[in-house]
Amino acid sequence: MNTAPAKRTPLYDRHVAHGGRIVPFAGWELPVQYGGLIDEHMAVRRHAGLFDVSHMGEARVGGPQARDFLQHLTCNNVARLKVGRAHYNGLMTPTGCFHDDLLIYRLDEAQFLLVLNAANVDKDLAWMRDHLSGFDAELTDESEQWALLALQGPRAVTILEPLADDPVAELPYYGFARTAVAGVESLVSRTGYTGEDGFELYVPSDGAGSVWDALIERGAGHGLQPAGLGARDTLRLEAKMALYGNDIDDTTTALEADLSWIVKFKKGEFIGRDALARQKAEGVPRRLVGFEMEGRAIARHGYEVCIDGRTIGRVTSGTLAPYLDRRIGLAYLPSEYCDVGTPFEVRVRGNPHPARVVETPFYKRDRT
Amino acid sequence: MVPTDRRYSKEHEWVLVADDVATVGITHFAQDQLGDIVFVELPEINAELSRDEVMGTIESVKAVSEIFAPISGTILEVNQDLEASPETVNSDPNGAGWYCKMTIADPADLEALMDAAAYEQLTKES
Repeated sequence: MNTAPAKRTPLYDRHVAHGGRIVPFAGWELPVQYGGLIDEHMAVRRHAGLFDVSHMGEARVGGPQARDFLQHLTCNNVARLKVGRAHYNGLMTPTGCFHDDLLIYRLDEAQFLLVLNAANVDKDLAWMRDHLSGFDAELTDESEQWALLALQGPRAVTILEPLADDPVAELPYYGFARTAVAGVESLVSRTGYTGEDGFELYVPSDGAGSVWDALIERGAGHGLQPAGLGARDTLRLEAKMALYGNDIDDTTTALEADLSWIVKFKKGEFIGRDALARQKAEGVPRRLVGFEMEGRAIARHGYEVCIDGRTIGRVTSGTLAPYLDRRIGLAYLPSEYCDVGTPFEVRVRGNPHPARVVETPFYKRDRT
Repeated sequence: MVPTDRRYSKEHEWVLVADDVATVGITHFAQDQLGDIVFVELPEINAELSRDEVMGTIESVKAVSEIFAPISGTILEVNQDLEASPETVNSDPNGAGWYCKMTIADPADLEALMDAAAYEQLTKES
Protein backbone atom coordinates (compact mmCIF):
# COMPACT_ATOMS: atom_id res chain seq x y z
CA MET A 1 0.00 0.00 0.00
CA ASN A 2 1.26 3.47 -0.69
CA THR A 3 1.12 5.96 2.14
CA ALA A 4 0.89 9.12 0.05
CA PRO A 5 -1.65 11.60 1.43
CA ALA A 6 -5.13 11.19 -0.03
CA LYS A 7 -5.91 13.46 -2.95
CA ARG A 8 -8.93 15.74 -3.13
CA THR A 9 -10.85 16.62 -6.27
CA PRO A 10 -11.62 20.28 -7.10
CA LEU A 11 -15.13 19.61 -5.75
CA TYR A 12 -14.13 18.38 -2.30
CA ASP A 13 -15.41 21.46 -0.44
CA ARG A 14 -18.76 21.19 -2.20
CA HIS A 15 -19.11 17.54 -1.14
CA VAL A 16 -18.50 18.48 2.48
CA ALA A 17 -20.95 21.40 2.19
CA HIS A 18 -23.61 19.05 0.73
CA GLY A 19 -23.18 16.77 3.77
CA GLY A 20 -21.17 14.12 1.90
CA ARG A 21 -19.64 11.37 4.01
CA ILE A 22 -16.02 11.34 2.88
CA VAL A 23 -14.18 8.03 2.62
CA PRO A 24 -10.78 7.00 1.24
CA PHE A 25 -11.02 5.41 -2.21
CA ALA A 26 -8.10 4.50 -4.48
CA GLY A 27 -5.93 7.21 -2.93
CA TRP A 28 -8.66 9.86 -3.02
CA GLU A 29 -11.04 11.36 -0.50
CA LEU A 30 -14.49 11.05 -2.02
CA PRO A 31 -18.12 11.08 -0.83
CA VAL A 32 -19.60 7.59 -0.40
CA GLN A 33 -23.04 9.14 0.09
CA TYR A 34 -24.74 12.42 0.95
CA GLY A 35 -28.26 11.97 2.36
CA GLY A 36 -28.69 8.27 1.77
CA LEU A 37 -27.48 5.69 -0.70
CA ILE A 38 -30.91 4.28 -1.58
CA ASP A 39 -32.34 7.78 -2.17
CA GLU A 40 -29.44 8.64 -4.46
CA HIS A 41 -29.77 5.36 -6.33
CA MET A 42 -33.51 5.92 -6.90
CA ALA A 43 -32.95 9.54 -7.93
CA VAL A 44 -30.67 8.34 -10.75
CA ARG A 45 -33.19 5.72 -11.93
CA ARG A 46 -36.18 8.10 -11.76
CA HIS A 47 -34.77 11.62 -12.24
CA ALA A 48 -31.05 12.38 -12.22
CA GLY A 49 -27.89 12.17 -10.13
CA LEU A 50 -24.62 14.06 -10.29
CA PHE A 51 -21.39 12.24 -9.46
CA ASP A 52 -17.87 13.57 -9.03
CA VAL A 53 -15.64 10.94 -10.63
CA SER A 54 -12.60 13.16 -11.01
CA HIS A 55 -10.48 10.43 -9.46
CA MET A 56 -10.56 8.62 -12.81
CA GLY A 57 -7.30 8.97 -14.72
CA GLU A 58 -6.93 10.44 -18.19
CA ALA A 59 -4.09 9.84 -20.62
CA ARG A 60 -3.63 11.14 -24.13
CA VAL A 61 -2.05 9.07 -26.88
CA GLY A 62 -1.18 10.98 -30.02
CA GLY A 63 0.98 10.68 -33.10
CA PRO A 64 1.11 9.03 -36.51
CA GLN A 65 1.14 5.54 -34.93
CA ALA A 66 -1.11 6.25 -31.94
CA ARG A 67 -3.78 4.01 -33.39
CA ASP A 68 -1.36 1.15 -34.05
CA PHE A 69 0.03 1.47 -30.53
CA LEU A 70 -3.45 1.17 -29.01
CA GLN A 71 -4.34 -1.69 -31.34
CA HIS A 72 -1.29 -3.54 -30.01
CA LEU A 73 -2.20 -2.98 -26.33
CA THR A 74 -5.97 -3.51 -26.34
CA CYS A 75 -8.46 -6.17 -27.39
CA ASN A 76 -11.17 -4.02 -29.00
CA ASN A 77 -10.75 -2.66 -32.53
CA VAL A 78 -9.44 0.90 -32.29
CA ALA A 79 -9.25 1.13 -36.10
CA ARG A 80 -13.05 0.90 -36.22
CA LEU A 81 -13.47 3.73 -33.73
CA LYS A 82 -14.64 6.86 -35.52
CA VAL A 83 -13.62 10.40 -34.62
CA GLY A 84 -16.21 11.69 -32.14
CA ARG A 85 -16.91 8.26 -30.70
CA ALA A 86 -15.74 6.37 -27.64
CA HIS A 87 -15.65 2.69 -26.89
CA TYR A 88 -15.14 0.31 -23.97
CA ASN A 89 -11.91 -1.61 -24.19
CA GLY A 90 -9.41 -3.72 -22.26
CA LEU A 91 -5.73 -3.10 -21.71
CA MET A 92 -4.60 -6.71 -21.97
CA THR A 93 -1.92 -8.75 -20.26
CA PRO A 94 -0.12 -11.41 -22.34
CA THR A 95 -2.45 -13.97 -20.71
CA GLY A 96 -5.54 -12.21 -22.08
CA CYS A 97 -6.44 -10.80 -18.68
CA PHE A 98 -7.12 -7.20 -17.72
CA HIS A 99 -4.31 -4.85 -16.96
CA ASP A 100 -7.22 -2.43 -16.77
CA ASP A 101 -10.54 -1.75 -18.44
CA LEU A 102 -10.91 1.66 -20.02
CA LEU A 103 -12.79 3.99 -22.31
CA ILE A 104 -11.01 5.24 -25.42
CA TYR A 105 -12.17 8.45 -27.09
CA ARG A 106 -11.06 9.19 -30.62
CA LEU A 107 -10.50 12.94 -30.57
CA ASP A 108 -8.93 13.07 -34.00
CA GLU A 109 -7.48 10.67 -36.57
CA ALA A 110 -4.28 10.49 -34.54
CA GLN A 111 -5.36 11.65 -31.06
CA PHE A 112 -6.97 9.47 -28.41
CA LEU A 113 -8.06 10.09 -24.83
CA LEU A 114 -7.91 7.10 -22.49
CA VAL A 115 -9.92 7.00 -19.27
CA LEU A 116 -8.38 4.75 -16.64
CA ASN A 117 -9.37 3.41 -13.24
CA ALA A 118 -7.94 5.60 -10.48
CA ALA A 119 -6.20 2.73 -8.70
CA ASN A 120 -4.51 1.66 -11.95
CA VAL A 121 -3.30 4.95 -13.41
CA ASP A 122 0.38 4.60 -12.39
CA LYS A 123 0.49 0.93 -13.34
CA ASP A 124 -1.20 1.58 -16.71
CA LEU A 125 1.09 4.47 -17.60
CA ALA A 126 4.18 2.42 -16.74
CA TRP A 127 2.90 -0.51 -18.81
CA MET A 128 2.12 1.69 -21.79
CA ARG A 129 5.49 3.51 -21.59
CA ASP A 130 7.25 0.14 -21.56
CA HIS A 131 5.57 -0.72 -24.84
CA LEU A 132 5.89 2.64 -26.56
CA SER A 133 9.28 2.09 -28.17
CA GLY A 134 9.01 1.32 -31.86
CA PHE A 135 5.81 3.36 -32.22
CA ASP A 136 5.77 6.92 -33.48
CA ALA A 137 3.40 8.03 -30.72
CA GLU A 138 3.40 10.06 -27.53
CA LEU A 139 1.79 9.30 -24.22
CA THR A 140 0.82 12.11 -21.83
CA ASP A 141 -0.73 11.83 -18.38
CA GLU A 142 -3.56 14.40 -18.27
CA SER A 143 -5.16 13.19 -15.02
CA GLU A 144 -4.36 16.42 -13.17
CA GLN A 145 -5.92 18.59 -15.87
CA TRP A 146 -9.35 17.03 -15.90
CA ALA A 147 -12.24 16.91 -13.50
CA LEU A 148 -14.93 14.40 -14.47
CA LEU A 149 -18.60 14.84 -13.64
CA ALA A 150 -21.21 12.19 -14.42
CA LEU A 151 -24.76 13.46 -14.92
CA GLN A 152 -26.93 10.35 -15.07
CA GLY A 153 -30.63 9.61 -15.25
CA PRO A 154 -33.70 10.09 -17.46
CA ARG A 155 -33.71 13.87 -16.78
CA ALA A 156 -30.02 14.33 -17.69
CA VAL A 157 -30.72 15.67 -21.19
CA THR A 158 -33.29 18.15 -19.92
CA ILE A 159 -30.89 19.44 -17.28
CA LEU A 160 -27.79 19.68 -19.49
CA GLU A 161 -29.34 20.99 -22.72
CA PRO A 162 -29.92 24.62 -21.66
CA LEU A 163 -26.43 24.84 -20.12
CA ALA A 164 -24.54 23.60 -23.19
CA ASP A 165 -23.65 25.83 -26.14
CA ASP A 166 -24.23 23.02 -28.64
CA PRO A 167 -27.14 20.58 -28.74
CA VAL A 168 -26.27 17.56 -26.60
CA ALA A 169 -29.59 15.73 -27.02
CA GLU A 170 -28.50 14.58 -30.48
CA LEU A 171 -25.32 12.92 -29.24
CA PRO A 172 -25.58 9.18 -29.88
CA TYR A 173 -24.79 6.65 -27.17
CA TYR A 174 -20.98 6.63 -26.83
CA GLY A 175 -20.73 9.76 -28.96
CA PHE A 176 -19.08 12.92 -27.67
CA ALA A 177 -18.54 16.56 -28.58
CA ARG A 178 -16.56 19.55 -27.38
CA THR A 179 -18.83 22.29 -26.19
CA ALA A 180 -19.01 24.88 -23.46
CA VAL A 181 -21.09 23.94 -20.41
CA ALA A 182 -21.98 26.88 -18.16
CA GLY A 183 -19.32 28.79 -20.07
CA VAL A 184 -16.58 26.20 -19.47
CA GLU A 185 -15.08 24.45 -22.52
CA SER A 186 -15.73 20.75 -21.89
CA LEU A 187 -15.85 17.39 -23.57
CA VAL A 188 -19.39 16.05 -23.24
CA SER A 189 -19.87 12.34 -23.75
CA ARG A 190 -23.06 10.23 -23.87
CA THR A 191 -21.67 7.58 -21.56
CA GLY A 192 -22.02 6.41 -17.99
CA TYR A 193 -21.70 3.69 -15.40
CA THR A 194 -25.28 3.44 -14.18
CA GLY A 195 -27.37 1.82 -16.91
CA GLU A 196 -29.25 5.10 -17.45
CA ASP A 197 -29.12 7.69 -20.15
CA GLY A 198 -26.72 10.46 -19.25
CA PHE A 199 -23.46 12.23 -19.81
CA GLU A 200 -19.92 12.31 -18.59
CA LEU A 201 -18.42 15.79 -18.65
CA TYR A 202 -14.66 16.20 -18.90
CA VAL A 203 -14.06 19.66 -17.51
CA PRO A 204 -10.78 21.51 -16.89
CA SER A 205 -10.06 21.21 -13.17
CA ASP A 206 -10.34 24.95 -12.53
CA GLY A 207 -13.79 25.05 -14.14
CA ALA A 208 -15.26 22.06 -12.31
CA GLY A 209 -16.84 24.14 -9.52
CA SER A 210 -18.82 26.37 -11.86
CA VAL A 211 -20.09 23.42 -13.91
CA TRP A 212 -21.07 21.50 -10.77
CA ASP A 213 -22.91 24.53 -9.33
CA ALA A 214 -24.73 25.22 -12.60
CA LEU A 215 -25.89 21.60 -12.90
CA ILE A 216 -27.05 21.45 -9.26
CA GLU A 217 -28.96 24.71 -9.70
CA ARG A 218 -30.51 23.73 -13.04
CA GLY A 219 -31.32 20.25 -11.79
CA ALA A 220 -33.04 21.36 -8.60
CA GLY A 221 -36.43 21.49 -10.29
CA HIS A 222 -35.86 18.12 -11.97
CA GLY A 223 -35.15 15.94 -8.95
CA LEU A 224 -31.36 16.01 -9.40
CA GLN A 225 -29.36 14.89 -6.39
CA PRO A 226 -25.62 14.69 -5.84
CA ALA A 227 -24.77 10.98 -5.61
CA GLY A 228 -21.80 9.24 -4.05
CA LEU A 229 -19.59 6.22 -4.65
CA GLY A 230 -22.07 3.96 -2.85
CA ALA A 231 -24.87 4.57 -5.34
CA ARG A 232 -22.39 4.46 -8.21
CA ASP A 233 -21.52 0.90 -7.17
CA THR A 234 -25.10 -0.34 -6.73
CA LEU A 235 -26.21 1.30 -10.00
CA ARG A 236 -23.38 -0.23 -12.02
CA LEU A 237 -24.04 -3.64 -10.49
CA GLU A 238 -27.75 -3.56 -11.37
CA ALA A 239 -26.62 -2.77 -14.93
CA LYS A 240 -23.99 -5.55 -14.70
CA MET A 241 -21.06 -3.34 -15.49
CA ALA A 242 -17.78 -4.82 -14.30
CA LEU A 243 -15.75 -3.19 -11.52
CA TYR A 244 -12.00 -3.56 -11.83
CA GLY A 245 -10.54 -5.15 -8.71
CA ASN A 246 -13.82 -6.94 -7.96
CA ASP A 247 -15.17 -8.58 -11.10
CA ILE A 248 -12.17 -8.31 -13.39
CA ASP A 249 -8.43 -8.07 -12.80
CA ASP A 250 -5.14 -9.42 -14.13
CA THR A 251 -6.20 -13.02 -13.38
CA THR A 252 -9.51 -12.99 -15.27
CA THR A 253 -9.58 -13.23 -19.05
CA ALA A 254 -11.87 -11.08 -21.17
CA LEU A 255 -13.72 -14.25 -22.26
CA GLU A 256 -14.21 -15.48 -18.69
CA ALA A 257 -15.51 -12.02 -17.76
CA ASP A 258 -18.32 -12.37 -20.33
CA LEU A 259 -16.77 -9.51 -22.29
CA SER A 260 -16.14 -11.37 -25.55
CA TRP A 261 -17.96 -8.50 -27.32
CA ILE A 262 -14.84 -6.36 -26.86
CA VAL A 263 -12.45 -9.10 -28.05
CA LYS A 264 -11.91 -8.57 -31.79
CA PHE A 265 -9.77 -11.44 -33.04
CA LYS A 266 -10.19 -10.31 -36.64
CA LYS A 267 -8.39 -7.00 -36.06
CA GLY A 268 -5.02 -8.77 -36.06
CA GLU A 269 -2.21 -9.01 -33.54
CA PHE A 270 -2.55 -7.64 -30.00
CA ILE A 271 -1.07 -8.48 -26.62
CA GLY A 272 -3.07 -11.37 -25.15
CA ARG A 273 -4.55 -12.46 -28.47
CA ASP A 274 -2.82 -15.85 -28.55
CA ALA A 275 -3.91 -16.71 -25.02
CA LEU A 276 -7.50 -15.65 -25.75
CA ALA A 277 -7.58 -17.56 -29.05
CA ARG A 278 -6.31 -20.66 -27.27
CA GLN A 279 -8.92 -20.31 -24.53
CA LYS A 280 -11.66 -19.81 -27.10
CA ALA A 281 -10.57 -22.96 -28.97
CA GLU A 282 -10.16 -25.11 -25.86
CA GLY A 283 -13.29 -23.84 -24.12
CA VAL A 284 -13.67 -21.19 -21.44
CA PRO A 285 -13.43 -23.00 -18.08
CA ARG A 286 -15.38 -20.47 -16.00
CA ARG A 287 -17.59 -17.50 -16.60
CA LEU A 288 -18.78 -14.43 -14.76
CA VAL A 289 -22.51 -14.87 -14.23
CA GLY A 290 -25.24 -12.91 -12.52
CA PHE A 291 -27.14 -14.54 -9.69
CA GLU A 292 -29.94 -13.78 -7.29
CA MET A 293 -30.28 -14.90 -3.69
CA GLU A 294 -33.50 -16.79 -2.94
CA GLY A 295 -33.80 -15.53 0.64
CA ARG A 296 -33.08 -12.31 2.47
CA ALA A 297 -29.33 -12.78 2.92
CA ILE A 298 -27.04 -10.51 0.90
CA ALA A 299 -24.02 -11.92 -0.94
CA ARG A 300 -20.82 -9.91 -0.65
CA HIS A 301 -17.48 -9.71 -2.43
CA GLY A 302 -15.33 -12.71 -1.47
CA TYR A 303 -18.10 -14.99 -0.15
CA GLU A 304 -17.72 -18.63 -1.23
CA VAL A 305 -20.03 -20.16 -3.83
CA CYS A 306 -20.78 -23.87 -3.33
CA ILE A 307 -22.61 -26.79 -4.85
CA ASP A 308 -23.30 -29.78 -2.58
CA GLY A 309 -20.92 -28.37 0.00
CA ARG A 310 -18.05 -28.10 -2.51
CA THR A 311 -16.62 -24.62 -3.13
CA ILE A 312 -16.77 -23.83 -6.84
CA GLY A 313 -16.12 -20.10 -6.91
CA ARG A 314 -16.37 -16.79 -5.15
CA VAL A 315 -18.71 -13.84 -5.25
CA THR A 316 -17.00 -10.91 -6.98
CA SER A 317 -19.72 -8.32 -6.29
CA GLY A 318 -22.97 -8.51 -4.33
CA THR A 319 -25.53 -6.14 -2.96
CA LEU A 320 -29.13 -5.47 -2.24
CA ALA A 321 -30.24 -3.91 -5.54
CA PRO A 322 -32.20 -0.85 -4.38
CA TYR A 323 -34.30 -0.29 -7.51
CA LEU A 324 -35.06 -3.96 -8.17
CA ASP A 325 -35.35 -4.83 -4.46
CA ARG A 326 -33.55 -8.09 -5.17
CA ARG A 327 -30.36 -9.50 -3.69
CA ILE A 328 -28.05 -9.77 -6.65
CA GLY A 329 -24.44 -10.57 -7.33
CA LEU A 330 -21.76 -11.69 -9.76
CA ALA A 331 -19.55 -14.75 -9.45
CA TYR A 332 -17.21 -16.83 -11.57
CA LEU A 333 -18.69 -20.30 -11.92
CA PRO A 334 -17.36 -23.35 -13.79
CA SER A 335 -18.92 -23.25 -17.27
CA GLU A 336 -21.11 -26.30 -16.62
CA TYR A 337 -22.96 -24.35 -13.88
CA CYS A 338 -23.56 -21.15 -15.86
CA ASP A 339 -26.98 -21.84 -17.42
CA VAL A 340 -29.76 -19.51 -16.29
CA GLY A 341 -31.71 -21.18 -13.50
CA THR A 342 -28.82 -23.27 -12.17
CA PRO A 343 -29.15 -23.48 -8.38
CA PHE A 344 -26.17 -23.15 -6.04
CA GLU A 345 -25.38 -21.81 -2.57
CA VAL A 346 -23.56 -18.78 -1.28
CA ARG A 347 -21.85 -19.25 2.07
CA VAL A 348 -22.86 -16.33 4.28
CA ARG A 349 -21.08 -16.31 7.67
CA GLY A 350 -20.58 -20.05 7.45
CA ASN A 351 -24.09 -21.02 6.39
CA PRO A 352 -25.14 -21.95 2.84
CA HIS A 353 -27.93 -19.79 1.38
CA PRO A 354 -29.70 -20.74 -1.87
CA ALA A 355 -29.08 -18.73 -5.02
CA ARG A 356 -29.59 -19.25 -8.75
CA VAL A 357 -28.08 -18.02 -11.98
CA VAL A 358 -30.24 -15.33 -13.62
CA GLU A 359 -30.30 -13.35 -16.86
CA THR A 360 -28.21 -10.20 -16.99
CA PRO A 361 -28.17 -7.27 -16.98
CA PHE A 362 -30.33 -7.37 -13.87
CA TYR A 363 -31.66 -3.93 -14.84
CA LYS A 364 -32.14 -2.62 -18.36
CA ARG A 365 -33.68 0.77 -18.92
CA ASP A 366 -36.73 1.17 -21.10
CA ARG A 367 -35.46 2.91 -24.25
CA THR A 368 -38.88 3.55 -25.78
CA MET B 1 -30.04 13.11 21.10
CA VAL B 2 -28.63 10.44 23.43
CA PRO B 3 -31.37 9.20 25.79
CA THR B 4 -30.32 9.25 29.44
CA ASP B 5 -32.57 6.36 30.53
CA ARG B 6 -30.12 3.69 29.35
CA ARG B 7 -26.47 2.69 29.15
CA TYR B 8 -24.13 2.30 26.19
CA SER B 9 -21.38 0.01 24.92
CA LYS B 10 -18.29 1.10 23.01
CA GLU B 11 -19.67 -0.99 20.12
CA HIS B 12 -22.56 1.50 19.88
CA GLU B 13 -25.32 -0.57 21.45
CA TRP B 14 -27.74 0.72 24.03
CA VAL B 15 -29.08 -1.31 26.99
CA LEU B 16 -32.33 -0.34 28.69
CA VAL B 17 -33.19 -2.20 31.91
CA ALA B 18 -36.74 -2.78 33.15
CA ASP B 19 -37.90 -5.54 35.52
CA ASP B 20 -34.54 -7.33 35.38
CA VAL B 21 -34.72 -7.61 31.61
CA ALA B 22 -32.27 -5.80 29.31
CA THR B 23 -33.55 -4.48 25.99
CA VAL B 24 -30.72 -4.02 23.51
CA GLY B 25 -30.57 -1.87 20.38
CA ILE B 26 -28.10 0.02 18.27
CA THR B 27 -27.63 3.72 18.78
CA HIS B 28 -28.73 6.61 16.62
CA PHE B 29 -25.07 7.35 15.95
CA ALA B 30 -24.45 3.77 14.76
CA GLN B 31 -27.43 3.65 12.40
CA ASP B 32 -26.41 7.01 10.96
CA GLN B 33 -22.88 5.76 10.35
CA LEU B 34 -24.15 2.54 8.74
CA GLY B 35 -26.59 4.25 6.38
CA ASP B 36 -29.62 2.51 4.88
CA ILE B 37 -30.06 -0.74 6.80
CA VAL B 38 -31.33 -3.54 4.58
CA PHE B 39 -30.80 -6.76 6.55
CA VAL B 40 -30.82 -7.71 10.22
CA GLU B 41 -29.77 -11.13 11.47
CA LEU B 42 -31.24 -11.88 14.88
CA PRO B 43 -29.97 -14.26 17.57
CA GLU B 44 -31.78 -17.48 18.49
CA ILE B 45 -34.21 -17.38 21.39
CA ASN B 46 -32.63 -19.01 24.49
CA ALA B 47 -29.12 -18.50 23.15
CA GLU B 48 -26.70 -17.98 26.03
CA LEU B 49 -24.24 -15.23 25.26
CA SER B 50 -21.15 -13.92 26.97
CA ARG B 51 -20.37 -10.23 27.00
CA ASP B 52 -18.68 -9.12 23.72
CA GLU B 53 -19.71 -12.31 21.90
CA VAL B 54 -21.16 -11.82 18.38
CA MET B 55 -24.93 -12.20 18.59
CA GLY B 56 -25.91 -11.20 15.07
CA THR B 57 -25.25 -8.91 12.15
CA ILE B 58 -26.73 -5.81 10.68
CA GLU B 59 -26.16 -4.86 7.05
CA SER B 60 -26.40 -1.61 5.19
CA VAL B 61 -26.32 -1.57 1.40
CA LYS B 62 -22.56 -1.16 1.56
CA ALA B 63 -21.36 -3.00 4.63
CA VAL B 64 -21.83 -5.83 7.11
CA SER B 65 -21.45 -5.05 10.83
CA GLU B 66 -21.50 -7.47 13.72
CA ILE B 67 -23.61 -6.88 16.79
CA PHE B 68 -21.89 -7.80 20.04
CA ALA B 69 -23.63 -8.79 23.26
CA PRO B 70 -23.18 -5.73 25.48
CA ILE B 71 -23.71 -7.91 28.58
CA SER B 72 -23.79 -11.64 29.36
CA GLY B 73 -27.22 -13.25 29.42
CA THR B 74 -29.85 -15.40 27.71
CA ILE B 75 -31.92 -14.19 24.76
CA LEU B 76 -35.59 -13.92 25.77
CA GLU B 77 -37.10 -12.21 22.76
CA VAL B 78 -35.99 -10.82 19.40
CA ASN B 79 -37.54 -8.07 17.29
CA GLN B 80 -39.02 -10.19 14.48
CA ASP B 81 -40.37 -7.07 12.75
CA LEU B 82 -36.83 -6.19 11.71
CA GLU B 83 -36.68 -9.17 9.36
CA ALA B 84 -39.34 -7.63 7.13
CA SER B 85 -38.60 -3.97 7.96
CA PRO B 86 -34.91 -3.54 8.74
CA GLU B 87 -35.21 0.18 7.93
CA THR B 88 -36.96 0.62 11.30
CA VAL B 89 -33.46 0.62 12.81
CA ASN B 90 -32.80 3.81 10.85
CA SER B 91 -36.10 5.49 11.54
CA ASP B 92 -36.47 4.64 15.25
CA PRO B 93 -33.22 3.19 16.64
CA ASN B 94 -34.09 3.96 20.27
CA GLY B 95 -37.65 2.63 20.11
CA ALA B 96 -39.33 0.35 17.56
CA GLY B 97 -35.91 -0.53 16.13
CA TRP B 98 -34.86 -2.46 19.26
CA TYR B 99 -32.87 -5.62 18.57
CA CYS B 100 -33.37 -8.17 21.38
CA LYS B 101 -34.29 -8.66 25.02
CA MET B 102 -32.06 -10.65 27.32
CA THR B 103 -31.51 -11.65 30.93
CA ILE B 104 -28.82 -9.96 32.99
CA ALA B 105 -26.43 -12.74 34.05
CA ASP B 106 -24.13 -10.39 35.94
CA PRO B 107 -25.30 -6.93 37.02
CA ALA B 108 -21.64 -5.84 37.08
CA ASP B 109 -21.78 -5.89 33.26
CA LEU B 110 -24.19 -2.96 33.39
CA GLU B 111 -21.80 -0.97 35.54
CA ALA B 112 -19.08 -1.46 32.93
CA LEU B 113 -21.23 0.27 30.30
CA MET B 114 -21.18 4.03 29.69
CA ASP B 115 -23.79 6.55 30.70
CA ALA B 116 -25.27 8.91 28.10
CA ALA B 117 -22.73 11.68 28.71
CA ALA B 118 -19.74 9.35 28.36
CA TYR B 119 -21.22 7.82 25.21
CA GLU B 120 -21.90 11.19 23.65
CA GLN B 121 -18.28 12.08 24.29
CA LEU B 122 -17.19 8.86 22.55
CA THR B 123 -19.21 9.66 19.44
CA LYS B 124 -17.71 13.15 19.27
CA GLU B 125 -14.23 11.69 19.34
CA SER B 126 -14.88 9.15 16.58
